[in-house]
Amino acid sequence: MSTQAQRATLQRRPLVKRILAGADDNLLVIGGLGSSNWDITEAGDRPLNMPLWGAMGAPVPMGLGLALAQPAKRVLVITGDGDMLMSLGALATVAAQQPDNLAIVVLDNEKFGETGNQATHTSPRNNGPTDSGAGTDLALVARGCGIADSATVREAGEVEQFVKDARTKKGPVFRLVKVMVEKLEFVMPPQDGALLKDRFRQALLGQP
Amino acid sequence: MTAVATLDWRDQIFDVLQDHDIRQVYHVPDAGHGRLIEACQKSNSMLTVALTTEEEGIPLAAGAWLGGQRSVLLMQSSGVGNTVNLMGMTKTLRFPFLTLITMRGDYGEFNSWQYPMGQGTPKVLEAMGVLLYSVDNAAEVKATVDAAARSAFNGGQAVAVLLRQKLIGIKNFGKK
Repeated sequence: MSTQAQRATLQRRPLVKRILAGADDNLLVIGGLGSSNWDITEAGDRPLNMPLWGAMGAPVPMGLGLALAQPAKRVLVITGDGDMLMSLGALATVAAQQPDNLAIVVLDNEKFGETGNQATHTSPRNNGPTDSGAGTDLALVARGCGIADSATVREAGEVEQFVKDARTKKGPVFRLVKVMVEKLEFVMPPQDGALLKDRFRQALLGQP
Repeated sequence: MTAVATLDWRDQIFDVLQDHDIRQVYHVPDAGHGRLIEACQKSNSMLTVALTTEEEGIPLAAGAWLGGQRSVLLMQSSGVGNTVNLMGMTKTLRFPFLTLITMRGDYGEFNSWQYPMGQGTPKVLEAMGVLLYSVDNAAEVKATVDAAARSAFNGGQAVAVLLRQKLIGIKNFGKK
């Protein structure tokens, strides 16, 4: 059985590390619950990361509110396919605002990683009784919602340009990255939401 | 009669939101909030964001606060149910949150489909730890919204103002 996930060759952790390399005070990062949270934390926990431990469906609208409030900063949302599927409408809400400082990166392994790697809707159809999805193409969904600069990244050779796009290209930018299904170590940031919020504001605004 | 006294309560809400430096206004289309939404859309200091579902308003408000801006979520009671899980963010992050809710299924409602969520709205908000203010008298709208904004942005609370159907008027779809 050849699924899209099995064909994926990119590994999420080194990829996220490259996206966040050299992150300075101009880069504000929101990480979705579960794997994306652990990914951005392994790359280096920092006050201007807002890693979510829950609030599935929140990262994209949260990134939008932040991007609109801080138009001079780059806002980067890094989350997974399961989280993105829970807030598809938020892509239309982003498109209506066209924030030029917002990039959304969806790491798509076609699985709900935190609950035991069940298929998400981005898994292929007709992929067996327990592992079938709908073949949902989130990059196409984003484009359909009105985010014109939307693309899929699959190959190592595309990564350098992808990192540049995520960090600097005029937004809104949407990138779907097909990544491998992997069993990875949990690398956890602080869990206290108020602490995460206060340290973020302290670093950005000089007050909690 | 003074000019202030002749102001519609919706215009008074707009003034209060401006006084509290609200910069982002989240909304879905709503007849009850319609006039206020239009005033915000025409404002130079406020950015209005149309949502596909009320749920988006909570993380938007959290993101705005992370970035140093105050916001408000305008919704109808039927939208409250859409926000419940993410409303929990107001507790986990402990950020100031203000929402103004036009009530349906509340007082002489014509549409039976509005009653379940309308009647459930105060209980759902209380269950999620949101502080409730309620107003059914036009003369008290301004003071109530002002107090709610103070509780939110000075006191760090999640606060909802219920604009009761008695205040808004009963939608009757042309029936008498």
